[in-house]
Amino acid sequence: MALNNFCLVCGGTGCESSKADDIFKNLRTAVEAHGLTGQVQVVKTGCFGFCEKGPIVKILPDESFYVEVKPEDAEKIVAEHLVKGRPVKELLYKTADQVTAKTEEDIQFYQKQIRIVLRNCGIINPEDVQEYIARDGYLGLEKVLFEMTPQQVIDEVKKSGLRGRGGAGYPTWLKWTNTSKTPADQRYVICNADEGDPGAYMDRSTLEGDPHSVLEAMTIAGYAQGATKGFIYIRAEYPLAIHRLEVAMKQSREMGLMGKNILGSGFDFDIEIRLGAGAFVCGEETALIQSIEGKRGMPVPKPPFPSVSGLWGKPTSINNVETYANIPVIITKGGDWFASIGTATSKGTKVFALTGAINNSGLVEVPMGTTLREIVYDIGGGIKGGKAFKAVQSGGPSGGVLPAASLDTPIDYESLTKIGSMMGSGGLIVLCESDCIVDVVKFYLDFSVEESCGKCAPCRIGGRKLLNILDKITKGKGTLEDLATMEQIGFAMQRASLCMLGGTTPNPILSTIKFFREEYLEHIEQKKCRAGKCKDLVTYTVIADKCIGCTVCARKCPVNCISGERKAPHVIDQSKCIKCGACFDACKFGAILVS
Amino acid sequence: MTLQELRAMREAGQKAMDRRVGGDKSIEIIVGMGTCGIAAGAKETLDAFVNELNSKDIRNVVIKQVGCMGFCHSEPTVEIRMDGMPDIIYGNVDPETARKIVHSHILEKKLVDKHVFDRPSKDIVKEK
Ligand SMILES: Cc1cc2nc3c(=O)[nH]c(=O)nc-3n(C[C@H](O)[C@H](O)[C@H](O)COP(=O)(O)O)c2cc1C
Ligand code: SF4
Ligand code: SF4
Ligand code: SF4
Repeated sequence: MALNNFCLVCGGTGCESSKADDIFKNLRTAVEAHGLTGQVQVVKTGCFGFCEKGPIVKILPDESFYVEVKPEDAEKIVAEHLVKGRPVKELLYKTADQVTAKTEEDIQFYQKQIRIVLRNCGIINPEDVQEYIARDGYLGLEKVLFEMTPQQVIDEVKKSGLRGRGGAGYPTWLKWTNTSKTPADQRYVICNADEGDPGAYMDRSTLEGDPHSVLEAMTIAGYAQGATKGFIYIRAEYPLAIHRLEVAMKQSREMGLMGKNILGSGFDFDIEIRLGAGAFVCGEETALIQSIEGKRGMPVPKPPFPSVSGLWGKPTSINNVETYANIPVIITKGGDWFASIGTATSKGTKVFALTGAINNSGLVEVPMGTTLREIVYDIGGGIKGGKAFKAVQSGGPSGGVLPAASLDTPIDYESLTKIGSMMGSGGLIVLCESDCIVDVVKFYLDFSVEESCGKCAPCRIGGRKLLNILDKITKGKGTLEDLATMEQIGFAMQRASLCMLGGTTPNPILSTIKFFREEYLEHIEQKKCRAGKCKDLVTYTVIADKCIGCTVCARKCPVNCISGERKAPHVIDQSKCIKCGACFDACKFGAILVS
Repeated sequence: MTLQELRAMREAGQKAMDRRVGGDKSIEIIVGMGTCGIAAGAKETLDAFVNELNSKDIRNVVIKQVGCMGFCHSEPTVEIRMDGMPDIIYGNVDPETARKIVHSHILEKKLVDKHVFDRPSKDIVKEK
C-alpha cells in the first residue's frame, strides 16, 4: 500500500532539547501499533522556525499544524487524526484571538517571514524570463506604461511608504520626485549593487535569484522620472550575479521589454552594467557616480545632490537593489497593501543576512518591526552550541552592536538609530559568549580604516588613531583615558567627515563603549579578555595535576612548543606559544588552562 | 513583443505552473544554485541527480536551477514537486542524499528522513 500521510516532527536544534526525539519515537510506535506502517511515514525535519511554540508536528498532505506537542500526545495524534481523520483540536495552533487555526495556511504568517523582495528567489529559474513573467513579472511595467502617468507611479510609491534599503532610509518617492522635478534633457537611474560590507550578501542573492525584478523596477523608475538610461553598478567579485543579469538583459531586449519602444508603448529605456573594483567607498553614491564616469571613486561634497546634478551633471537617482526589488510588487499589489506591512515609519520588509553564532544562518526577510528576539530565536533557531547570547552586530562597519537588552526592540530605521546602530544594508552578525566585543569592534575598525579613501582628515587620521588605541587595549596596554579619547575622536568624526564612511566608522566603538563598557574595563584594568580572543591577554598553561601525559597536545601544537615525556605532565614554552588554542581544543582531560 | 503577447505568455506560464496540481505526471527537481549553494556543493548534487536519473532510466523529470532559498545553513537545498506527494524542500543534499531522494522520494514515494525543511514563508505572488 502506498503512503498517504506524512508526519513531520521538527528536529531543529531548538526543539531537540524539548523532547522532539521522544515525540518522534512515540509517533513511530503508535503508527506501528495502529497498523499504519505502510501508510504513514514519520520523519524528522529541519527547523520550522517557530521554536517559541515548539515542538511542532505537521501532518502532510493536509498541512495540519500541531504546536507545543508533548511526547504523550503522539498516541492521540495517531489514533484520532491518522486513523479516524479527526484533527486533535486542542493541539492545533491558536491565533491571537483564540481561533483555532487548522492548517499553517490559516496561521497568519506563522513563519514570521514575508517574502516580497525574495518572492521569486528559490522558486523560479533566474535564467528563464518566462518563469518570471508567469509569476506576475513585468505586470507592474505593463500597468505603469499603459495605465499610469509618471506622477501616478510616484504617488503609488509614496503611498507605499518605501524607504531606501541601502542604509540611510531616504523616502524613495521623494528621491524620485527631486530627480524628476529637475529640468534636464537627460536623466539617469542607477542601481547600487556594490554591496561590500562584511557579512552582507542580500543584494547578491537577490540578483542571482531574481535579476528581472531589478530590471523591471529600474524601467519603472525610468518611466516615473523621465529617464531613458540606467546603470547597474556591481562589484566584479559577484560573477554569478553579473552573469545572470547579463542573461536577463539579453532576454529582455530580445523580447522588447527593454530598449526602444517597450511593448509598443513609445517608451525607451536601456540598462548598462558597470563593474566596480571592490572599494567599499564606491558604494557611496557620489563616489559611485565618479567611478561610473571613469574617475577615481572618491566622495564629493553634497549638495549638490545627485538628484540635481549627478552622473555627467544630469539629474540622477540612485537606489539600492533591494529598494528596487520591492517596486514591481508595490505597483501590482498597490501602495496600500505594502504600507499595511511594517511599522508606522518603516513600511514593508527587510532582508537580513543572518550569520555568526546562530543555528540557522541564512537570508531572512521579515516585516519591519519584527524584534531581534524573533529573528535570533524563532527564525535563527537560537545560539549555536547552546552558548549564551551576547549581542547582535547590525549594519556592518557603519553599525553598532545591540545588547541583550535590545532583543525586544522592534527593528526599524528609527529604533536602530536610537540605540546607536543603523539598519545599514542588512548584515546581522550574532555574537555569543565566546566572542570578545573589543576584538569584534577592532575587526570592523580595521575594515573601515583600510577602506577609507583618505580624502578628508577626520576619517583618515581619526580612524587610524582609533585603531591604534583599540590595538593598545587588546594588548593590555590601554588606560581609562583611552575610552574618553575614543569617544571624543568618534564624535568629531561623526560630525566632520565628508562622507558617511568616516561618519559611521566610530559607530561600533561608540555603541560598545556604551553597552559593553565592563568588557573594555576588564581589558584595561584587569588585563583580561574573558572570551580568550585577545591573544596578548591570554596564556595557555598545563595543569600538572590533571595532565596524564597523553602527548596529544604536543602533537597538535603548530609550533611544537609543548614538551614532556609520555605519561608525565607536559609543559608549554610560553616564549614560543602563539596562542592558537589548538592544545586547549585537543586535550580531553581539561588539563589546559586558559587564563 | 506586444502587450498581447506578454499577457498570453504570462497566462500560459501560469497554467504550466498550476498544471502539476491537476495531476500532470512530470516531476520537478529544483536545485538552489546561488553562490552559497554552489559553494556548498550544489553542482555535485546536480550531477548526482542527473547521473542517478540516467542510470535508473527515469525520464519524466525536469531539473531546474533556482536562486538561494535562504537556508544557507543547510545548503545545498533541493525542492521536489511531483504528483502524489506534497511539495518538499530538502536541505543538506549531498550526492549521497540526492541518490536517496531519487530512490526513496521519487520511486518509492517516501520522504527522506532528517533532510526535510519547511518553506520559510507564504507565497505573496499566488495570494491575490
Ligand atoms: C561608505 C558607503 C558605502 C555604501 N555602500 C552601499 C552599497 O554597497 N549599496 C547601497 O545600496 N548603498 C550603499 N551606500 C549608500 C548609498 O550612498 C546610497 O545612499 C544608496 O545607494 C541609496 O539607495 P536607497 O535610497 O535605495 O537606499 C553606501 C554609503 C556609504 C557612505
Ligand atoms: S569620510 Fe573617509 S571615505 Fe569619506 S571622503 Fe572622507 S576620507 Fe574618504
Ligand atoms: S593533551 Fe592534555 S592530558 Fe594530554 S599531554 Fe596534553 S595536557 Fe596532558
Ligand atoms: S596555544 Fe597553540 S601554540 Fe600555544 S601551546 Fe597551545 S597549541 Fe601550542
